[in-house]
Amino acid sequence: MARAVTTQRKTINTIFAWAVGLLIFFPILWTILTSFKTEATAIADPPVFLFFDWTLENYAVVQERSNYMRFLWNSVIIAGGSTILGVIIAVPAAWSMAFVPSKRTKDILLWMLSTKMLPAVGVLYPIYLLFIKLGILDTRVGLVVVMMLINLPIIVWMLYTYFKEIPGEILEAARMDGASLREEIIHVLTPMAVPGIASTILLNFILAWNEAFWTLNLTAAKAAPLTAFIASYSSPEGLFYAKLSAASVMAIAPILVMGWFSQKQLVRGLTFGAVK
Amino acid sequence: MATQHSRSAARIMMAPAVILLLGWMLIPLTMTLVFSFKKYLPMRGGDLGWVGFENYVRFVTSSAFWPAVGTTLVIVGGVLVITVVFGVLLAMLLDQPMWGQGIVRLLVIAPFFVMPTVSALVWKNMFMDPVNGLLAHLWKFFGAQPVEWLSDASMTSIIMIVSWQWLPFATLILLTAIQSLDSEQLEAAEMDGAKPLSRFGYIILPHLARAITIVVLIQTIFLLSIFAEIFVTTQGSFGTRTLTYLIFQRVLESQNVGLGSAGGVYAIILANIVAIFLMRIVGKNLDA
Repeated sequence: MARAVTTQRKTINTIFAWAVGLLIFFPILWTILTSFKTEATAIADPPVFLFFDWTLENYAVVQERSNYMRFLWNSVIIAGGSTILGVIIAVPAAWSMAFVPSKRTKDILLWMLSTKMLPAVGVLYPIYLLFIKLGILDTRVGLVVVMMLINLPIIVWMLYTYFKEIPGEILEAARMDGASLREEIIHVLTPMAVPGIASTILLNFILAWNEAFWTLNLTAAKAAPLTAFIASYSSPEGLFYAKLSAASVMAIAPILVMGWFSQKQLVRGLTFGAVK
Repeated sequence: MATQHSRSAARIMMAPAVILLLGWMLIPLTMTLVFSFKKYLPMRGGDLGWVGFENYVRFVTSSAFWPAVGTTLVIVGGVLVITVVFGVLLAMLLDQPMWGQGIVRLLVIAPFFVMPTVSALVWKNMFMDPVNGLLAHLWKFFGAQPVEWLSDASMTSIIMIVSWQWLPFATLILLTAIQSLDSEQLEAAEMDGAKPLSRFGYIILPHLARAITIVVLIQTIFLLSIFAEIFVTTQGSFGTRTLTYLIFQRVLESQNVGLGSAGGVYAIILANIVAIFLMRIVGKNLDA
């Protein structure tokens, strides 16, 4: 029985919810608006909201002056590379835990999760030192490996919860029909697992893109992704509101769009299946 | 119905992930433990030998330690209270029937996807700047003296920024939990004459208890190690030096690795205390 809702109440809800929603979204909206202003308009007193001469100049300047594309490319490679590498390593592990569970499966899963809870700062120097010794400080390879290791527990965990939902009877039927392990994986499992794998990739790409402890501490000029590039704007000489905004919008826009598509996976991925 | 064959195959398939994570955990952890018992100054003589528990004692007796603990607790506690209280309210609001529900939800969760350095910089410059910030304009509009946010109200500022980032997370999880509430139960209570406040206290809140616990535990683990927000805004000055930031300064800025590592061990122990509770809940869920 659906609850009868009066139009009046629905209207009040709508107005109130939109007001709160816009208030929360406002800093992002303001950043987007400022990115289309000139530097002078950006610090105008009183501030201007919509009625100014919109310009794309900032986007052009940011790209030309600061090698923005290189930082963007670093972000893409680090986030993309670590996610793909992580999924390649995690799929077999999650598959075997979901379909050939043993008494230790639960312990292994929880232990993997516990590595995610290790505070990064506790192992900052050892990693820093290892990076120097291996000659991978400020390289994309180094960052790809670290990001992969940080997110591996979440990737395994998410894939495990998705694989768990695939009915085991189907696999047994395939086995009875004489399918080999390889055939089972290619013809039965893969088609059913693809949506889960895609969601896992999406969420972990977002997490790796936004990670800002290791990227700030392990990169300098060469391998710095957008997180570190934006942080360089915090020095006073780089303080141009409109350009800062343009750089920020370019750094967050693709992820915002991906994030909006990954709402459901966010809950599953970040609560480790404890809230569904 | 696993055969011997598939069992050994399973073990082989698990091996890469297990071995990598084991290495990722054990190698740096062992190194941190070893360093923490040494006088180790990479820029001033390097490894100067074993010193027992001296670093551990020095770390907790330094004048920076207790303020850092206090700062950490205030930030974590403040953000938790704000995100959970407003998260519950927002989740209940978003659960109501309305027009454009999907869009409002997108607006509310958006801050979670903004990278920490961007949100810190946008807040610092475009909102909290005492001259050109939007908040300064707002204060002036009402005839008040603009606030020097990041120096005079540094903790409030950091808590605001971090809460803005984490409110979407709390809201989204609590909304997911609220949507699993049986609406017939609420209707029955309403028909029996239960007031809105008692419906909230006796039905909604108990139903959300588990989700709230999970939000608190997960956020605590992440909040204990916030870094970029402080790195970009105050660099730990004006009383915003958290435990994480203190350790970072000891290790990379003053290059006192022994001392910093002892701090790191404390941080790991602290995080583990929280993690144990979280793991219990997650583990129970695995059995179900």
